[in-house]
Amino acid sequence: MGAMQAYGLRLERKRWRYRAMRKSRELSGISVRTGHIRENDLLVFSTMRNELKRLPYFLRYYRDLGVDHFLIVDNDSTDGTADYLAQQPDVSIWRTTHSYKRSRFGMDWLNYLLMKFGDSHWCLTVDPDEFLIYPFCDTRPLRALTDWLDASSIRSFGAMLLDMYPKGNVGNSVYQAGQDPLDIAMWFDSGNYMIERNSKYGNLWIQGGPRARCFFADEPAHAPALNKIPLVKWDNRYAYTSSTHALLPRGLNLVYDEWGGEKASGILLHTKFLDTFADKAHEEMERRQHYAGSREYRAYADKNAGLPDLWCNWSEKYINWRQLEILGLMSKGNWA
Amino acid sequence: MTLGVIMLVHTALQRAEQVARHWATHGVPVVIHADSTVSRARFEAFRNQLSDLDNIRFSKRHRCEWGTWGLVAASQSASEVMLKEFPGVRHVYLASGSCLPLRPVSELIEYLAARPATDFIESATLADVPWTVGGLDDERFTLRFPFAWKKHRRLFDGYVELQRRLKLQREMPDGLVPHMGSQWWCLTRQTLSAILQDPRRRVYDRFFKQVWIPDESYFQTLVRLYSRRIESRSLTLSKFDFQGKPHIFYDDHLQLLRRSDCFVARKIWPYADRLYNAFLNAPGDNLKRTEPNPGKIDRIFAKAVERRTQGRRGLYMQSRFPNQDWEKGFTGAEYSVFEGFSELFEDFEPWLARVTGTRVHGHLFAQERAEFEGGVDVLNGALTDCAALRDRNQRSFLTNLLWNTRGERQCFQMGPADTFRDIEWDIAKDPNAQVSVITGAWAVRLFRSNQDFAMIRQQAADLQRREAKHLDVLRSQYAKARIRIWTMAEFVENPMEPLQEIISEIGPTDYRRLTEAPKMVNLTGFAQFLQNLKNQGMHPYLTGDFPNTLEDLEKPRKPRKPYLIK
Repeated sequence: MGAMQAYGLRLERKRWRYRAMRKSRELSGISVRTGHIRENDLLVFSTMRNELKRLPYFLRYYRDLGVDHFLIVDNDSTDGTADYLAQQPDVSIWRTTHSYKRSRFGMDWLNYLLMKFGDSHWCLTVDPDEFLIYPFCDTRPLRALTDWLDASSIRSFGAMLLDMYPKGNVGNSVYQAGQDPLDIAMWFDSGNYMIERNSKYGNLWIQGGPRARCFFADEPAHAPALNKIPLVKWDNRYAYTSSTHALLPRGLNLVYDEWGGEKASGILLHTKFLDTFADKAHEEMERRQHYAGSREYRAYADKNAGLPDLWCNWSEKYINWRQLEILGLMSKGNWA
Repeated sequence: MTLGVIMLVHTALQRAEQVARHWATHGVPVVIHADSTVSRARFEAFRNQLSDLDNIRFSKRHRCEWGTWGLVAASQSASEVMLKEFPGVRHVYLASGSCLPLRPVSELIEYLAARPATDFIESATLADVPWTVGGLDDERFTLRFPFAWKKHRRLFDGYVELQRRLKLQREMPDGLVPHMGSQWWCLTRQTLSAILQDPRRRVYDRFFKQVWIPDESYFQTLVRLYSRRIESRSLTLSKFDFQGKPHIFYDDHLQLLRRSDCFVARKIWPYADRLYNAFLNAPGDNLKRTEPNPGKIDRIFAKAVERRTQGRRGLYMQSRFPNQDWEKGFTGAEYSVFEGFSELFEDFEPWLARVTGTRVHGHLFAQERAEFEGGVDVLNGALTDCAALRDRNQRSFLTNLLWNTRGERQCFQMGPADTFRDIEWDIAKDPNAQVSVITGAWAVRLFRSNQDFAMIRQQAADLQRREAKHLDVLRSQYAKARIRIWTMAEFVENPMEPLQEIISEIGPTDYRRLTEAPKMVNLTGFAQFLQNLKNQGMHPYLTGDFPNTLEDLEKPRKPRKPYLIK
């Protein structure tokens, strides 16, 4: 990388940070308990809208992993999401009614919160339908992982998005608040992911899975990106560039080995495909607040009037992280 | 009181306290060295916690940065305290705050009592061990290292480079032979005091102060001067990964640690409650155990290092994405590509599957769709036959297919009508690929098609051009696949010999002679068809010199050997 390009990226990083600062004016704190955050606490950052039903399980899942505090931006929810969150002792929430899209899909808001509260903490940035799986997650808490990463001088941890879906039409089973969404969406695609390297940011660009297979077969270039780097030992100088797919400085994106070895990595189980999906799709179709002109949701809506069935003969049923490791979707790396 | 423990402590003081208490209450005196970075308040609290035990001492505090002299200085100071304050101690055991005793203290005491004059210290000559990480081996001793690697990386590297340029070298004092090994030792009073009271100690200390990572070489080298009996191994189970940092033990290692029969393990994660509970509080069982046996743990950690450095061949995923051509071949398993065979033989695919027991696909890179075996639309791993998805990234498509079906050899067809532009170089350069080509076989399909001749001529010209380009790739000097190329005329003359050769290369299953041949399509009139093309100005040279009449076909000709490009 030449000096010019390096300088360009530096400017870009500063621009995102400046933008985050500017966009922070759109946030108003509702219940801010960040005073409770202690040194070395594990933090979760998230933007959400109308996710009341998913919240009980979401909070429980990450509390069980050992997360100490949640910092959440509520984007104009109307279902009581904010009220529910305000009652939680380990949650700080900010509210905004501004455009999700013009905040670069919430990333400006989160960049700001990360900048302000994330410094020198391990920060996990996830959506409420994403559940982090990492090697040994059934026996070791998240802190075991972050301690190991610290000891290994690793600053960022990759976790690919793995789309989970039910067998049969997506709406067949009704999701209840507090229920494990994997009880319903327990299937996934194990081996149809396409990988490229992004030469500018140095991250991998991964596409594929059931969404590419069912909704984007005619325009695969637009299929959603699945590469994510959600867990970062944050530093004030960092910034996410587009969603959590890539960061600057670009060294943070090097969560893969280029010499044939395997680095440790995890999976974000993406439980978007529940019965709630239909309402989301319709709402987002009208709001047009999602990536690439809500193309993704439009593709779902176009598919057929009813809800899609993503299941196929070779769908794999989720068991545990070891299964994902054996299938080659994630790796223990040299953590043993 | 034959055993004394020195503990080097810097973080997780609570755990260190717990372990120190464990040693002390079992009658083992402990001398604790706390890193000078531990704040005074924390240190005082720590000391107070242990003040109820009269066989615990604290030694002078040094700054212990990794890879620097401080660690040796700390061990020296603590050893001196131990030898002076506890005259009954015969063996001194060096441990850290994150070490955990796995077997009852009495067993360790018994073990050492049975070997009263033995020093347990890993000590190997530098020339014979491949342990060193980071490219510095001899130079650890011959250069000077005044800068800490962790904090002043640039200065460190720069100074090393400078000394190399200027060819600055140091001599070992008194002709010492450098030895290295694990920093966790257990030495006898005699040996340890000889090292500490050596009249030349100042010279040695001055030398080792500027050695790189002296804690792995100071005692290991000097022990060779005095020890009467060295057991060159550490009693502490401590595994290192490829970056030279210790592996950490967690709750889920409980059974492994139990079965290892090691005396002390390092390094334990401070929050591993189950491990601390199990080993510090559990009453000793009555199993008669003798020598430590860390074999299984060794294997697990060796595997982890291998996974990190080699990885699983043929796998492309979020945390393993080898750069193109940085790895030998881009696939993880052997596979076979056939070009022109399913055109020339009527039942080639089922025949091949039957004879070799492999999975035989049609044209995977056909324009309309990937022709999977059996015409299915989804294959292992939910890989679909959709052409657009496949062509989005043909490399991923092929590596996915091979990874998803690992353990089973894959064969597939290719031909000039397919879209393989993105993948042909990869296949040609892949040593795992076996590529067999019958050139000009596309003419058979045209010959049997029911189209206008003008159209056929157009297509023939097109296909021939594409195939010629493809052959250039296969014949290039970069091609590393096992490639065999015949013209159709050659092949038709004597098909069994080349088929036999290909089949026997695919698998050891069938060393017998082929008894069943695939059925060739009826070529009556084919020669005339080629002649017609020629008459139209389109010379199908890739089919080879086809005999003009059937009689010529029967006429015996000297068979030509296929050539093999390796």
